Amino acid sequence: MTQQQTGGDVRLTGISKTYGSFAAVQPLDLTVPQGSFFALLGASGCGKTTTLRMIAGLEEATTGTVTLGGRDITGLPPYKRPVNTVFQSYALFPHLDITENVAFGLRRRGIKSVKKQVDDMLELVQLGDFARRRPHQLSGGQQQRVAVARALINHPQVLLLDEPLGALDLKLRRQMQLELKRIQTEVGITFIHVTHDQEEAMTMADTVAVMNAGRVEQLGDPADLYENPRTTFVANFLGTSNLIEGEVVSTGTDIVVSAGGGKLRLPADRCPAPTANGGRLLLGIRPEKISLAHRDDADEIAEGRNRVTGRIVDSSFIGVSTQYVVESPAGKSLQVYEQNVERRARLTPGAEVVLHWNPAHTFGLDAAQDIDAGVETVEDAA
Amino acid sequence: MSLTKEAPPAPATEPVLRKPSTRRRLVPYWLLLPGILWLVVFFALPLVYQASTSVQTGSLEQGYEVTWHFQTYWDALTDYYPQFIRSLLYAGTATILCLLLGYPLAYLIAFKAGRWRNLVLVLVIAPFFTSFLIRTLAWKTILADGGAVVDVLNTLHVLDVTSWLGWTENNRVLATPMAVVCGLTYNFLPFMILPLYTSLERIDGRLHEAAGDLYATPATTFRKVTFPLSMPGVVSGTLLTFIPASGDYVNAELLGSTDTKMVGSVIQTQFLRVLDYPTAAALSFILMAVVLIAVTFYIRRSGTEDLV
Repeated sequence: MTQQQTGGDVRLTGISKTYGSFAAVQPLDLTVPQGSFFALLGASGCGKTTTLRMIAGLEEATTGTVTLGGRDITGLPPYKRPVNTVFQSYALFPHLDITENVAFGLRRRGIKSVKKQVDDMLELVQLGDFARRRPHQLSGGQQQRVAVARALINHPQVLLLDEPLGALDLKLRRQMQLELKRIQTEVGITFIHVTHDQEEAMTMADTVAVMNAGRVEQLGDPADLYENPRTTFVANFLGTSNLIEGEVVSTGTDIVVSAGGGKLRLPADRCPAPTANGGRLLLGIRPEKISLAHRDDADEIAEGRNRVTGRIVDSSFIGVSTQYVVESPAGKSLQVYEQNVERRARLTPGAEVVLHWNPAHTFGLDAAQDIDAGVETVEDAA
Repeated sequence: MSLTKEAPPAPATEPVLRKPSTRRRLVPYWLLLPGILWLVVFFALPLVYQASTSVQTGSLEQGYEVTWHFQTYWDALTDYYPQFIRSLLYAGTATILCLLLGYPLAYLIAFKAGRWRNLVLVLVIAPFFTSFLIRTLAWKTILADGGAVVDVLNTLHVLDVTSWLGWTENNRVLATPMAVVCGLTYNFLPFMILPLYTSLERIDGRLHEAAGDLYATPATTFRKVTFPLSMPGVVSGTLLTFIPASGDYVNAELLGSTDTKMVGSVIQTQFLRVLDYPTAAALSFILMAVVLIAVTFYIRRSGTEDLV
């Protein structure tokens, strides 16, 4: 208890993992504050699970240290670490019933009277009626909750979740996200959650670390990551970004960039990349922040907004919004999401349009990066 | 079936639907037929024949006839109960030894062998490429008086201990119970290792990680997770070892002496040398009954039904 009050931060210092010549995790430093819901987000093979397993002790770190509340646990075997894991496949013991699965950790620590605690824990995950069932008699979502209960009952200082919702269908996954968030708020334990689902990371976590190729690309709260991505990978991996390459014309409180035959502005404080007149810069704008106007109505667009002309090549009606793909000199396929407040009959594929948005919504990125980094490809989505 | 308006009216389609379904229902039986025939010809008929033999009286010269002489069973049991007890004892000891030797090996193959796994599995089966008889005869040389094994055991005074226990006699191994048990253990070891391996190999490695994550030391993980999950393998391995070992006569015959005769040897002698068919048949039935009862009891006790 005292340890929890004085801070049980998880601190990774220079931790790395290499398999032969392959570096799964580049040396990384990370601090997860006590009591936070922390997400490691990245595509498969980015090293997020390996990082998690090094915290659990299931994988030995090649270099670096793991400390928990100031105590170095790098060399401890998993069974001596005050952390518990919810495995991707749940890894429930098939020969034990739900009660015994949940009681497993308590029994190993020599606690005899487990009934009350197990009942309370099953109540917390709403599985009180299933105590005597075997894991294979439960649905995926129920098994997942058993896995959470089995880990939480030990009151670990840190709960590690390795893609715990990966095997569930979309609807159940949404439900379990809220459930996990509720449990975390209720018990106040540090959760470190590994996922490849950016929506999942953003809805659940207080802090998200985006990982790519064995290193942390960016770390921050979900809104900050979404609004101010610092790399093209983060800009593309978290939601969708329109990235427009241009040449810097002038700098100051506003940077002016010439791209696609026009001038676009962005606030200098939203551009982490170095800028100089004549240099290249990537301008980013989220699809939902762009408004569309038919070319004939271009006069009605307010002064001071960034404008890009183009032609609609595709539109899809989603219900709550309509998604347009616009071809323009500034970028081959710019995405625009418009709320379906009123039907706009003239905005059909082939229509000449003007895209316009508030310059304050624009962010800048270093043009030396791969513009398509982190774009979800078909294989990734599968 | 098409759902268009042109589809024929319902009564016309009914017989068309019924025919394939009756034929389909018969398919499993046709597929079972070869197996059933095989069982009838090579198992059920011989069993009936043997049962009738066991209640016949007569002699080889005058011929045998069924006289429902159940006394044969009682006589066989009272005459040969030492061999029965010995058979169960030797087979049981060999089974336990097989389990003790085979489990670590199966465990290593399943979890630690990595890319050597298939090679090691082939090595386990490799002895089968040589005849059972030749392999057992080889043990005669291995355990021979004055051989390396006996010398080493003598020097280490192991034979003094085993002689005191009654497993060996006069500082020799051959023609003693120990030799027979060694032969049985050796010959039936693969039948233990293979089922053990199959059930260990099926265990999800993540369960070991989960147990470790839940404060179980490696030893506790084995006791609480690995071993219980390997019970189907333990049960089938012990059955595959114990059942044939209790009826075996080759090991007792080649490696033992008259004092180590097992019931298999007695049956063989009665059938082929004494030519007392009723007694031999009765002995076979008693052995079968004893093993069946033991196995039923064992499976009930180990409670592995819902693990498989």
